[in-house]
Amino acid sequence: MEKKKRHILSKLLLAFIIFFFYAPIVYTVIFSFNSSKSLSRFAGFSLQWYGKLFRNSDMMDSIFYTVVIAVLATVISTVAGTITAIGLSKSNKVIKAVVGQINDLPVMNPEIVTAIGLLMLFSSLAINKGFTTLLLAHIMFCIPYVILSVLPKLRSLDPNILDAALDLGCTPAGALIKVIVPQITSGILAGALIAFTMSFDDFVISYFVTGNGVNNISIMIYTMSKRVNPTINAVSSLVVLVITVFLIFANLAPVIKERKLKRSIKTKS
Amino acid sequence: MRDFKGMVYPYIIWSFALIVMPMLMIVIYAFTKEGNSVMNVRFTLENFAYFFKDKVFVDVLRRSLMIAVITTVVCILLGYPVAYVIARLKPSSQMLMVLIITLPTWINMLVRTYALRGILDKTGVVNSILGLFGIGPIKLLETPFAVVLGMVYNFVPFMILQVYNSLCKMDYSYIEAANDLGADNVQSFFRVTLPLSLPGVISGIALVFLPAVSSFFIPRLLGGGQYMLIGNVIENQFLITGNWGFGSAISLIMSVIIVLAMYLTRYVDKKVSVKGGND
Repeated sequence: MEKKKRHILSKLLLAFIIFFFYAPIVYTVIFSFNSSKSLSRFAGFSLQWYGKLFRNSDMMDSIFYTVVIAVLATVISTVAGTITAIGLSKSNKVIKAVVGQINDLPVMNPEIVTAIGLLMLFSSLAINKGFTTLLLAHIMFCIPYVILSVLPKLRSLDPNILDAALDLGCTPAGALIKVIVPQITSGILAGALIAFTMSFDDFVISYFVTGNGVNNISIMIYTMSKRVNPTINAVSSLVVLVITVFLIFANLAPVIKERKLKRSIKTKS
Repeated sequence: MRDFKGMVYPYIIWSFALIVMPMLMIVIYAFTKEGNSVMNVRFTLENFAYFFKDKVFVDVLRRSLMIAVITTVVCILLGYPVAYVIARLKPSSQMLMVLIITLPTWINMLVRTYALRGILDKTGVVNSILGLFGIGPIKLLETPFAVVLGMVYNFVPFMILQVYNSLCKMDYSYIEAANDLGADNVQSFFRVTLPLSLPGVISGIALVFLPAVSSFFIPRLLGGGQYMLIGNVIENQFLITGNWGFGSAISLIMSVIIVLAMYLTRYVDKKVSVKGGND
């Protein structure tokens, strides 16, 4: 009896926490289809807020910048982070320790501290605030996460395999691409996934380092939220959709790959 | 092999320029007087003195600390039981629950915070449900309650995941041993499970307290203009007033507080674990 009671209690707790996390998100999505401006009464289905969103050029620009910056920052930081991680795995203790410490700074510091530091740096160097500063900042905070997810994979590699490739006449560059990279792909992809979502979702750092009308979605939401504005619900729903699709894809990709592999083994045997 | 070592050098230059330099600039600006040229830098504590002399700023600091501490405590009280329950599920359900908890953290914090605004608004869902029972409308937005709720909503997943990880690593046979030796469930929880999961709680505290004390958009979106926290003061110094020296000094004060808080929790953790061992 006692045990059963506790069982029900824990089920209730889990149900509550799921409700707590998801109710606001579901609410946002539902009310993005509301035909009235009300936040509590659903007056009927309508796409008017999406229409308003697509006609709002500031909003569309911010979506464009968010996607472009996220894609560029992901590609650049993934390549740079992977190269650095490979170099780091062959470096001596001192370099490992120094780079490790420096990388910890943006990960551990409050975002606002990183943000004001970058703001002062860019202003002092007289770099025009806007697309360039936004991209530089995003690459800067993405690389440490890529390094952090690639480095453990490199550590578990057998160093003899690389030596074998080089002994068999492979060039260092060839060995890198044909031998090392294929073995750390999962780490690289994980790093790229973190980089993309970090960049796509970033607000604090972007807010401080951007300027000249270059805004991302988060900044638009922040500046528009002073009044009730269901357009924000529409753009929020799009953000939720993009991230969810992205995560489902990221979670399913390994499963699908595995299944394909199994099937090809089956057909061969 | 030498070829690969060199691959780290470009990043060393990059990270000095974009990570180390900005941090140095914060320290330099915090300790120098506004309007100096590079040639005659004068070090001063004026920026710090200005902060601690003004009652308004000290009040903001106190309020920020209070909100962050309350948020952290609520996150422990809510997050620990959830993590505990998840760790007791069968492995496949554990995986699913961890995914369910992790998913929202991937979604833009601003989007999720704005969602709460709609719910807490005077014309929002909570008030219209309360209205059915003849209560309200209650002013929920622009209150400390809304700010704490927003922070808990955004940060409690970190606490749950940290505690869950440390509970997972725990060897279940310890509890069986405790029970065999005559401890009841309550005793084995407080004597065995809780001390062993403390490292998870500590790293959870770090992940909650740090963003809570420095957040500036949660108080702005949910607390309205009148509920300024330290992050908002920093924001104003850089984006409105343009007083970099003072803004840098405030952010240094905030960083020192964070480091002290981390040190304090580690210290308490050590004390508790040692005491548990001696009992």
